This record gives sequence, structure tokens and C-alpha cells, in this order.
Amino acid sequence: MGITNVIQTSWGICGMDVFDILGPVMVGPSSSHTAGAVRIGLVTRALLGQRPKKADITLVGSFAKTGRGHGTDKGIVAGLLGMQPEDMEIPDSFERAEEEGLKFNIKAGSGKNAHPNTAVIDVEGEGGRRLSVQASSTGGGRIMVNMIDGIEVNCTCEMPTLIVHNLDLPGHVSHVTGLLTRCGINIANMSLYRDRRGGSAVMAIETDEPLPREIVSEIEKEEGIIKVTYINPEDM
Amino acid sequence: MAFKSLYDIEKYCDEKGVSYGRAVMLEDMRESGRGEDETLSQMKKLWEAMKSALVEYDGRRRSQSGLSGGDGEKMQDYVNSGGCLSGELMGNIIAAAIKMGESNACMRRIVAAPTAGASGVLPAVMVCCAEALGSDQEAVYDALFTAAGIGQVIAERAYISGAVGGCQAEVGAASAMAAGALVALRGGTPQMINFASAMSLQNLLGLVCDPVGGLVEIPCIKRNVIGAISAMSAADMALAGIANKINPDDVIDAMREVGDRMDPAFKETGEGGLAATVSGRRIAERLDLEFK
Repeated sequence: MGITNVIQTSWGICGMDVFDILGPVMVGPSSSHTAGAVRIGLVTRALLGQRPKKADITLVGSFAKTGRGHGTDKGIVAGLLGMQPEDMEIPDSFERAEEEGLKFNIKAGSGKNAHPNTAVIDVEGEGGRRLSVQASSTGGGRIMVNMIDGIEVNCTCEMPTLIVHNLDLPGHVSHVTGLLTRCGINIANMSLYRDRRGGSAVMAIETDEPLPREIVSEIEKEEGIIKVTYINPEDM
Repeated sequence: MAFKSLYDIEKYCDEKGVSYGRAVMLEDMRESGRGEDETLSQMKKLWEAMKSALVEYDGRRRSQSGLSGGDGEKMQDYVNSGGCLSGELMGNIIAAAIKMGESNACMRRIVAAPTAGASGVLPAVMVCCAEALGSDQEAVYDALFTAAGIGQVIAERAYISGAVGGCQAEVGAASAMAAGALVALRGGTPQMINFASAMSLQNLLGLVCDPVGGLVEIPCIKRNVIGAISAMSAADMALAGIANKINPDDVIDAMREVGDRMDPAFKETGEGGLAATVSGRRIAERLDLEFK
């Protein structure tokens, strides 16, 4: 499985701005293993779009080896509960999870070709929605969502991001991009992935402007669309 | 980002007649589209967070591994007793750097500057010196922007991660940033700022990243101390009018070359240096850190 078609990408590492160098304000001890872990939990919660009630967390690589000493486990759970990387309650996230009725388990696993700091989270929300997210912590508290429900996506979720799962049939891309055009939304990056010809496909679209909620339901209505996930980092 | 070299910043200051920190801030506003108020209030937030991290230090806390905690308090008591060999200000800076490192290890709130592992260096010198000098807010923010600009150039030309370039890239970068910030705080020229950051970075060239058990504790906490002390001495040398014979940007490039050629054993893998010593391995074995 890989990138089958890339319409427009800008994967180059952007220059770090002043507040990438100074900051973030975060709970220690490690920007990659703690702040990044919180963000992975937060993004997973936002992608789920519901309060998580059950989570199976698998830690891979350095996350599994040194995660306990770095609070990676507590960080991911804190993120799933909606805490920010600077929340002083991160060390107590396991107790908060119990109070809020989030059941979780954490184990070590292996990921094929996975980034050294990777977590796979299988999560179920209180509304019954399920999602499997594989994400890696890429340094300085930044993350990359690598897979959603087993299909590659590779997005940072630092911009408004629309992720559409659909059947790999003609017309879905133009339908979605057409809707964005009509709302005056500019696409910053867009990537297409599929598991096989005619199988499941995913489009990951990053936009300059946040999307109106109606677009999400509008896209969901279309036949052949399996799941629509939208994340606006400002809402996290 | 626009500044590819420390010299570019110096030149910009001369051409526009602005301070080093102001040059960095103006360029960042241009790149990010943030306004001046938003930029300044963001910097204020970071500064307040640095100060409260120090105030809220509690010597009774211990890290998850049990390896860290309490040393900042010991150092502070020693300084307060009046017998510190390095004098009161330097003693306070040593204590502050340890406190920040321990707070980070104990999952308290810190400011990554540029990373969490090196988050003790800049706050230690800035908080202690701003207090000792009675610096106003404006001067402090100007110094912090100065530090950020130096960090940006280091990140652009080399790196700021121990896993990629060794500790020279992490504590070394933090120390270069802190040295420049101190010169700015004292009203030194842009050239002095660049000399100070070059001196501090070049004195830490080759520093390896060898944390015991892969944790940001041993030797990271004490490495923050040497980063702070190096910054103080470099700032004083530059303010005394001492030049650095190697061009500051060349020093950064040298850091990159050393990092590129550094054996992976010395890049946060736990396979070399202190982590691989008999006592380092013994400590790591006692820790139950791995998920099964």
C-alpha cells in the first residue's frame, strides 16, 4: 500500500518559527515522548469526534522502551481525555480516566516500517463510533497521523484537515473538491491513498480555512462515501 | 524563514537600525502573519511560564524513575548559606538550572527552549540575571527574541535534537541562545551577541547525548548547568570586547559536521557514553520502564 496518486504536496519541512524554538509550554520530561504523546491522544479524540469510552493503546519502538519513564502512557490517556500538553493533571490522567469512565489498556507492539516513536490507538466513542489511528511523534511536540483504519494518510493535523474514506470509484475527488470550491475554501495540501484498485480509498485534504460543519454532512450523504472525519486544530 | 545565518541578522540590524531581538521579531511577524500584539503576548506567556516553573519548584518531588529530585533545593540551600565558590549570582543560576531540569523530569510544566531536555539553560540565566540587573519587560522580551533568532539559525543550518546531533545540538544550542540573550539583556551590539553565541556553542562542540535508560535525567539535568555557565562566561567575554576568531556561522556548521560524523552510540540510543558504563547499565536495569 502506498501513495497511489499525489495531486499536490508540500512535504518539505517548513522553517521553524520563533515559537517552535521557544516553546511549547508543556509538561515534561520530553517534547517527543510526552508532549507529542498528549497530542496523539488529542488528535485521536478529535478525529473520533466523540468522547472516547474505550481505548486499546499499542506503543511501538522507543515509545514502548522508555515510555513509562517519559510518561508517554499518561500523556496519551491525557490527550484522549482532552487535556492539552501543558495540563498539570497529565501525571494523574489514569485517575481522571477512571473518573470519566474511559477504559484503556496499554501494551507494547511492533509496527512494520513504523517511525520509532509510534502509537496505535483503537478507540471507541460514547456514541459507538470506532476508529483506529496510527500516529508518530516527530519531534518538538509535533506529530504525524500515519494511518486511519489501516489506510495511509500522513497528515500533521496542524491545519484544518478533512479525511474522507470512500470506495475507489471515479467522481468522489471532484465531488469533494467541488464542494470546497463552492464554499470558497482553498486547499493547501491534498493526498490520495487506496489499498487496491476499486477497493477502499482515502483522501486527506488540508485547507487554509476551517470548514463549515454542513460540508461534512453534505459529503457524508454521497453514495460510496464510507466515513468523513474532520479536524480543526483550533477546536482541540 | 528569512535568516539563514547569524550574520544576516547582524546585517539586518545595521541596515534597519533595530535591535537584534526586534529584527527577529519583525521577520517572524512577516513570515507568520501574526501581529505585534499577538507576538508579544505569546512571548509574555512563555516568560511567565519560565518564571513560575522556577517558583513552583518543590524539592520533595521525585521523577517516575526515582532518579531525580531534591538536588536543586540542596544547591539553593548551599548558595543561601553564603559559601558558594562561584558567588551568589552564579550559584543561583546553577540552582535554577538544576531546578528546571528536575521539574521537567518530574512532569511539571516547563518551556521547551529549544527542547524539553535543554529547558533549564535559558530560564536559569534569564530569570536570575533579569532579577539581578533589574531589567524591564521590554529588555527581557528583546533578549528572548534574540535567543529565538539564534535558535532558528541553528535549527536551519544544523539541528537542535540530541537524537540527531548529540547533546551539542541540544544543550549546545540552548547555551548559544542563552549567551546571545544575555548580551542583548546587557545592551551589547549585534556583533557581540553573535560572538557570545559562537563562543558558547564552540565550547560545547562534541558533547554527546548519552542518557541513562534513555531518560531525560542523567546526565541531562547537570548538562543544563554547564550550558548555563558556558553562556554566562561567553556573554561576559563578548561584553568585554573579546572577538571570536572563527566566524559564528562557521561554528554552527562545524557543530553540524561533528554531529553528522558522530557515532550513533552517542545519539540518545543508550549504547554509548555514560549510558553504557557499568553503573549506567546497572541503573537502567533496575528501572522497570519497558511495556510488555
